[in-house]
Amino acid sequence: MTIASPTTKGRIGPEVLGLLGFLLLVLVAFGAFAPRFLTGANFGSIAFQLPELGLLTLAMLIPLISGGINLAIIYTANISGLALAWVLNTQGGVDAGMGAFVLGSILAIGVGSLAGLVEGLVIAFTGAHPILVSLAMMIFLRGLGEFLTRGGDISGFPAFLGPIGHGMVAGIPVPLIIFGAAALAWHVLLSHTRHGFSVYMIGSNPEAARYSGLNVRRTLVLVYTLSGLMCAIAGILMLARFNSVRVGHGEALLLVTVLACFLGGVDPFGGFGRVWPVVLALIILQVLSSGLNLMGANQHLSTAIWGLFLIAVMIVRTTVSRWRSSAKRKDL
Amino acid sequence: MARLLRDYPTEAKLLIVLILLFTGLSVASPTFLTLVNLTSLLNNSAVNVIWAVGLLVVLIAGGIDISFAVAASVVQYLSAYVLDAIGGGNWAIGFVLAVALGVALGWVNAALIHWFRIISIVVTIATFNAFFGLLMWLSAGRGIYDLPSWWSRRLLIWEYQTADGSWAELTLAVGVMLACMAATWLLIGYSTVGRQLYAFGDNPEGARRLGIRPGAMWFIAFGWMGAMAGIAGLMQVNVTREVVPNALYGRELDVLAAVVLGGARLGGGRGSVIGCLLGVLLVAVTQNGLNLLGISPYAFKMVVGAIILVAISTSNFEFVHGKPRRVRT
Repeated sequence: MTIASPTTKGRIGPEVLGLLGFLLLVLVAFGAFAPRFLTGANFGSIAFQLPELGLLTLAMLIPLISGGINLAIIYTANISGLALAWVLNTQGGVDAGMGAFVLGSILAIGVGSLAGLVEGLVIAFTGAHPILVSLAMMIFLRGLGEFLTRGGDISGFPAFLGPIGHGMVAGIPVPLIIFGAAALAWHVLLSHTRHGFSVYMIGSNPEAARYSGLNVRRTLVLVYTLSGLMCAIAGILMLARFNSVRVGHGEALLLVTVLACFLGGVDPFGGFGRVWPVVLALIILQVLSSGLNLMGANQHLSTAIWGLFLIAVMIVRTTVSRWRSSAKRKDL
Repeated sequence: MARLLRDYPTEAKLLIVLILLFTGLSVASPTFLTLVNLTSLLNNSAVNVIWAVGLLVVLIAGGIDISFAVAASVVQYLSAYVLDAIGGGNWAIGFVLAVALGVALGWVNAALIHWFRIISIVVTIATFNAFFGLLMWLSAGRGIYDLPSWWSRRLLIWEYQTADGSWAELTLAVGVMLACMAATWLLIGYSTVGRQLYAFGDNPEGARRLGIRPGAMWFIAFGWMGAMAGIAGLMQVNVTREVVPNALYGRELDVLAAVVLGGARLGGGRGSVIGCLLGVLLVAVTQNGLNLLGISPYAFKMVVGAIILVAISTSNFEFVHGKPRRVRT
């Protein structure tokens, strides 16, 4: 699994075809069993729900490609949302103006990036494991958030935020536009910049990357800072969509972001993974989730299914890569 | 002391911090350094320490596990059902049952890691959600309060009436904790398997070429973790006298943090039983101290998170010029 076959580096690799086939299968299966599934209303709600998960998955993606992980994404998003909520509430709450929103968003992005920056600095300069560093950051941010909000909700935001969470522009939901822009930015960053190249190299082999003259530390700091920044955007969107901020909101999404990345072909050891297959994987997961909802699965059953699904995805990937490598050996 | 500092740098540093914390709190709060408070600290930490020594073995082997706390919940629930079905049982049956169920759940992780070459953080994130989701779904979130009397009866291994009339006591959980610590200490320090676990955690490929079987290592490490998870679950019921499916949710992170504070390292090959105890105690004493000093309980998690962040930042500094390890599991 650590060595991707050359075809996956092609523009449309077999994983994209596989994912499209799987999406079709899911659509047909739910279409047959859940009568309200293949309706415009359902797909509309999918389009509004996807971006929140999507932005968080993008925040998870870059650390994974660099060979690390960021377990603090949900709470970074929460804390960023909290920063925005604080500015809005001090500037008049429901009557807050556009200026307060812009100021608050800048602060939110600053807070998210700062959380990521601290993680990145610790990981890059002490060699501590990303799982631990992001875990500690997660415990800290959750504690900070609970301390500041006393575990409650913060709401009462100006009405003009509604369209950001629920509006449409030219028939496309605004959250989806935000997500599309973010995904495009991530794609350009990863595939067409020096930084993106460094991320892949460090994910493949940090030692070799350093000997090749790449600035491993600077890249790692940037990886986690960008991850924090993307969390902040997700936090702002969550605030606009739910018109409230609660620390712990979206906690269950952490597993789903990891699942989306691995379903989208990201190598768990780092070094391989692209944005578009992950976006496709996100669509599949959101469709699955709405299908499960329509079939009446409760929240805990869904959690269990996500866990089992992650295991299944990893088993299939291992089996396929084994089968491929044994087929290749026969060719030689 | 010099030898201690050289051989166990993290543990020694931790001990110094703990002593400083003890001294500071004894001065700041009159109730801290009382026998009643200290024994209750031990009673409350026992379950976490049992988990911690189990997790230590997994970390030494180069893996990580975050599913053990919910696995313990599953063990509690299944044990309660089985014990009810066989008409009550006793401590011996309870222990055998808890260990067997715990090992079985641990082996699910080991099988996925070994046979399908999935990294352990991904496997245990998945099993964490699968165990918890299935347990909550099948139990509908309902607790079990009608437990066999032997299980829910409070057992003391030591008690002492202090001068002001209040009782200082140690529960059975503390005794079991000591037994688990001793067993783990023997396993990792004084058995061939233990040396193999360290070798495998430090360099899996090198260990494999020396003839150590990776599969055996994973099944032993996760089996041990599972057994400890089951025993901790059994003891936790003895303390709280109820089985609630989501009671242990989230405890895994506290334990993981404590074990890492105690000097174990993700990536394998390092860690000690005494470090686990010190790590758990440091977190518990800090919380206890904040409580006695009248600081808002909402701040606890924040302070603990900050301590861990500082601890891992400083404890890794000696590796700055060494090679940053690429961690596989």
